[in-house]
Amino acid sequence: MIRTHVLICGGTGCTSGGSQAIADNLKAELERLGLQDEVQVIRTGCFGLCAMGPIMIVYPEGTYYSRVKPEDVKEIAEEHFLKGRIVERLVHKEEAGQKLEDVPALGETNFYKTQMRVALRNCGVINPENIEEYIAMDGYAALGKVLTEMTPAEVIDVMKKSGLRGRGGAGFPTGMKWQFAAANDADQKYVVCNADEGDPGAFMDRSVLEGDPHAVLEAMAIAGYAIGASKGFIYVRAEYPIAVERLKIAIGQAREYGLLGEDIFGTGFNFDIDIRLGAGAFVCGEETALLTSIEGNRGEPRNKPPFPANKGLFQKPTIINNVETLANIPQIILKGADWFASMGTEDSKGTKVFALGGAINNTGLVEIPLGTTLRHIIYDIGGGIPKGRQFKAVQTGGPSGGCIPAQFLDTPIDYANLTKIGAMMGSGGMIVTDDSTCMVDFARFFLDFTVDESCGKCTPCRIGTRRLLELLNKITDGRGEPEDLDKLEELCYYIKANALCALGQTAPNPVLSTLKYFRDEYEAHVFEKRCPAGVCKNLMHYEIQPDVCRGCTACARKCPVGAISGTVKQPHTIDVKKCIKCGACIETCKFGAIVKK
Amino acid sequence: MKSLEELKAIRERMQNKVVLREGGADKRIVVGMATCGIAAGARPVLNAFVEEIANRGLTGAVEVSQTGCIGMCRFEPIVEVFEGDQRVTYVHVDPVKAREIVARHIVGGEPIVEYTIGAAEK
Ligand SMILES: Cc1cc2nc3c(=O)[nH]c(=O)nc-3n(C[C@H](O)[C@H](O)[C@H](O)COP(=O)(O)O)c2cc1C
Ligand code: SF4
Ligand code: SF4
Ligand code: FES
Repeated sequence: MIRTHVLICGGTGCTSGGSQAIADNLKAELERLGLQDEVQVIRTGCFGLCAMGPIMIVYPEGTYYSRVKPEDVKEIAEEHFLKGRIVERLVHKEEAGQKLEDVPALGETNFYKTQMRVALRNCGVINPENIEEYIAMDGYAALGKVLTEMTPAEVIDVMKKSGLRGRGGAGFPTGMKWQFAAANDADQKYVVCNADEGDPGAFMDRSVLEGDPHAVLEAMAIAGYAIGASKGFIYVRAEYPIAVERLKIAIGQAREYGLLGEDIFGTGFNFDIDIRLGAGAFVCGEETALLTSIEGNRGEPRNKPPFPANKGLFQKPTIINNVETLANIPQIILKGADWFASMGTEDSKGTKVFALGGAINNTGLVEIPLGTTLRHIIYDIGGGIPKGRQFKAVQTGGPSGGCIPAQFLDTPIDYANLTKIGAMMGSGGMIVTDDSTCMVDFARFFLDFTVDESCGKCTPCRIGTRRLLELLNKITDGRGEPEDLDKLEELCYYIKANALCALGQTAPNPVLSTLKYFRDEYEAHVFEKRCPAGVCKNLMHYEIQPDVCRGCTACARKCPVGAISGTVKQPHTIDVKKCIKCGACIETCKFGAIVKK
Repeated sequence: MKSLEELKAIRERMQNKVVLREGGADKRIVVGMATCGIAAGARPVLNAFVEEIANRGLTGAVEVSQTGCIGMCRFEPIVEVFEGDQRVTYVHVDPVKAREIVARHIVGGEPIVEYTIGAAEK
């Protein structure tokens, strides 16, 4: 009889860290020790603390092992599973040197204790490749409920009352979207799941698909019932092989159990789902481009109106919802609109998953009620900024969003507040920057991305973003002229007003928000030809301070281009014309004589 | 799936199997499983507890886990039952006693005094 469950993360992060080998080794060790009928090994989805992966959690004790390596498995099996001795050196500790007895229970750690998991509730808990584990967690009960107890209009009503808004970017109220599509009469309608996840800082959709794929399938069937559709598509990027594989397994099992297909629960309701693979173009996450791509054409946006709810896929009424949006829905049906609406703020109900990245200690996924402050997310849950550096800003909404400086750390995060301060929710990516980041260069990074990803269909975006990038390059290269700042701003507003789709319309946001909050950095580049963060290579040089230099010659030997000269025991100098600014000398000097200026 | 009953049947059958992962049970049975414990027969005792708890549908409410050497090797197999602040230490436990402990202490609420360390030391 099974007495111990060993959950090993099978998310993308931990899998690349070797979690498959860990699971395989563990199974072999358990056989060897004769424990295979007592200890069960389960591969789950992401636990959220990917930075500490590969993660292993042991129940019933709730022991949380982090950074486990395949070679640690033998010790864990012999010590913990055979002899009951927890392997202390592998137990995850939030503070260095914490004693085993002081390590809090998993749910009580700073990282988890204020999280509230709705969309991620089964991630890291169930085996995503076993439909029965999903059913054990009340899976498909919501579908059963809507099919047997509710009319489509009642379902839409619950969605509207819950206040759920789209988690894919635009934040459109989900119930309203469904109502528009339901109101149209058509011989065929479609439900499409947007799993393109193009924002470079975000991976919550991937984690949901990898950790709880049935939640998405169930929600799509519920949506199908609500709007009168019998067919669904999941558009997922081919760069997510684990997610695609788990989706395929999940769809196969749901069909086998009669939870997809015909006459579901004997109610006469039919619904089936197919997968469509995207090639990973950012613009294909835009809903009309996505539909065009499913139809077999090049993924370019179309004009709205007509909106997809009226004329969508193959010109039929279609709803498109994001993965995370969908993952909330079965819970809303089971627990009620009021339960969902009790979390969050006035205009933003429920919870949101954020992907923490950049200069932050706990990179990973967190799900918290909307209305939580940035300070809480970054310092309490995220563990603050590494290497004792200072927080500078956080970019939300990826390449379409904006940066938020320190003065807004105590602003509650919701759709309205983020828009007000010039950022946006987007898909929930959060890239934290510290004082070593140049904000002009940061904006340039995002523009570089949008220029690459612009589909080219309309001129404001195709040409406009390129000109923006050129201006930014000019400024970071030290060739900026005083009028460039005004030009930059004017061009931003022009693109926003004239681009065809939201890719172009939001592309200038990173420039506008950095201009708004870090104008002094732009000005330093343009007027003083100086990069305050010391990032822009053309605007800085290395210098040896003669009074500190001992003439040890170490740097001269290290410099790859021979730019440093001097005699032994005499101060050395750097020839700025030869110097390629690689920084090798700074690291070499034991006396701190070399400075970046 | 033709009916909600079918879904419910799967749920009930499976719930016992995943409930272990919730943690936070209010009662804990801890079996000493170091080398001395294993030599003294702790493994069948552990399994007896796990089975008895599962058979009674208590898997979510009572945690059965193991620990290393408790340092009183001559009393092995040793089992400790925790409930709130209360802690009862049973000694020389065998599978039969294990099932009895579940029945009388865990379910019945009355520790079995004659099996405890207090009784053995007298
Ligand atoms: C350039 C661009 C990229 C987008 N990428 C995604 C994406 O990867 N995933 C997503 O769900 N929505 C994306 N969106 C938003 C979708 O157009 C759409 O609003 C969303 O899928 C609707 O679902 P929701 O209401 O559930 O959020 C993108 C929008 C734009 C303009
Ligand atoms: S705004 Fe950009 S991405 Fe959108 S249609 Fe125009 S060129 Fe294509
Ligand atoms: S390594 Fe430092 S101390 Fe030595 S020569 Fe270079 S600058 Fe001077
Ligand atoms: S991928 Fe393992 S914790 Fe996220």
